[in-house]
Amino acid sequence: MASRQDHDIRPLLVSGPSLAARLFFFVIVSGVLMIADHRAGYLDALRSTLMGGLYPLHRAVDAPFSAYRWVGDTLATHGMLRRENARLVEENRELRLRQMRLDALERENVRLREASQTTARVIDRYLVAELLRVDMDRLRHRVLVNRGTVDGVYVGQPALDAQGVFGQVTRVGPVSAEVIMISDPAHALPVVINRTGMRTLAYGRGDLEKIELPFLPGNADVEPGDLVVTSGLGGVFPPGYPVGEVQELLREPGEQGLRVTLRPLARLSSDPEVLLAWYDNQVQEPVATVVPASGVETP
Amino acid sequence: MARGTGVRLARVALLVAASTAACLVPLPSWLDPARPAFLALTLLWFVFVAPRPGGVLAAWLAGLLLDLLQGGMLGQNGLAMVVTVAIALKFRLQVRAFPPLNQAVVVGGLLFVYEFLMFWTDGMAGLPGRGGWRWLYALTSALTWPLVSALHLRILGRH
Repeated sequence: MASRQDHDIRPLLVSGPSLAARLFFFVIVSGVLMIADHRAGYLDALRSTLMGGLYPLHRAVDAPFSAYRWVGDTLATHGMLRRENARLVEENRELRLRQMRLDALERENVRLREASQTTARVIDRYLVAELLRVDMDRLRHRVLVNRGTVDGVYVGQPALDAQGVFGQVTRVGPVSAEVIMISDPAHALPVVINRTGMRTLAYGRGDLEKIELPFLPGNADVEPGDLVVTSGLGGVFPPGYPVGEVQELLREPGEQGLRVTLRPLARLSSDPEVLLAWYDNQVQEPVATVVPASGVETP
Repeated sequence: MARGTGVRLARVALLVAASTAACLVPLPSWLDPARPAFLALTLLWFVFVAPRPGGVLAAWLAGLLLDLLQGGMLGQNGLAMVVTVAIALKFRLQVRAFPPLNQAVVVGGLLFVYEFLMFWTDGMAGLPGRGGWRWLYALTSALTWPLVSALHLRILGRH
């Protein structure tokens, strides 16, 4: 009993500002913080520093999952490794065949681009980043990766996986970065339908298995199975990288537009790694050739 | 006595760290909307069982920590946490006299206020909606309250 009284150090008379005054103060401070962070972006540097400070906590949450993966890899049996090796050899053979065809196409593409005086915008460097097994904001599709400003990662950097476009970097700390996935409702991506060349925007809808093309006209030439790739507009993603495959077309009665649902090709829910890509996004427009009325080209 | 206070502070710190980690542990996407608000539950437990004058400051700092860890708008969780804890502080004498099951109803209501503030600030900032599932965790938090309360009581004891 005596020890319980020793522990009870609550003052009999509470001094200091009233509850209402403290509440008012913190509500105002929170409001100012939200405006400074969201509207003005004044707190990016502070947030980046604090992200670095909190990285150990993220790592601690991720640690059991990393350990589980490590134990799984370590305890893989001889038979499992042989099966995986056989699969990889088969996959490698198939990829080499495709690569031969792509090399020829690339050479042809370079010749055509030289003729039209434009440069190809392709990824020239990438960095493998591991996804930390940490849940970010509830109901938003964001992930944390173990690369940051020390690795040269920047805000707006495209992230891809082996199958397609994954998302882009939204915040960077010293050793970690936040990536918004293409399925997040706040993400919009300029795309082109590969078969027809029709350009539009792909929006996330909060579902890892679906993204949407909401702005297509009712008579748009789209079919289930069509491949949708990045258009390169906006300068964030290089053009021609696969985004998704048309899954469903919905013509709502009374609406003029067509709602198209895509299945993302990137493995948004299961990939443990992403590729952070660098590419030259300086678009070199083709030099316009003036053709006078007489039909003689100027030099 | 100093050693006892140190042990107690260490337990409080451990409890807060564990609650924060529980907010970040990955869950399947279908289950994530139902994840109880563990950090808010811990703060509410402190309010009902062991209130301190710094409760509002602690709530604001905890909210800010969530904003940073979850990548949200800085100050959003801070605002929601401060208002929720302030309401809880106002009515704590009545609520602490209730049995845990009745307290759970109050906790559910408080977390509904919390999520309403998040919904309102999302709208003010022009952020996209998160659908109807956003309210689900108020219910699951209320359902887990008796368990969380008993666990906290076991670790820290009653003041």
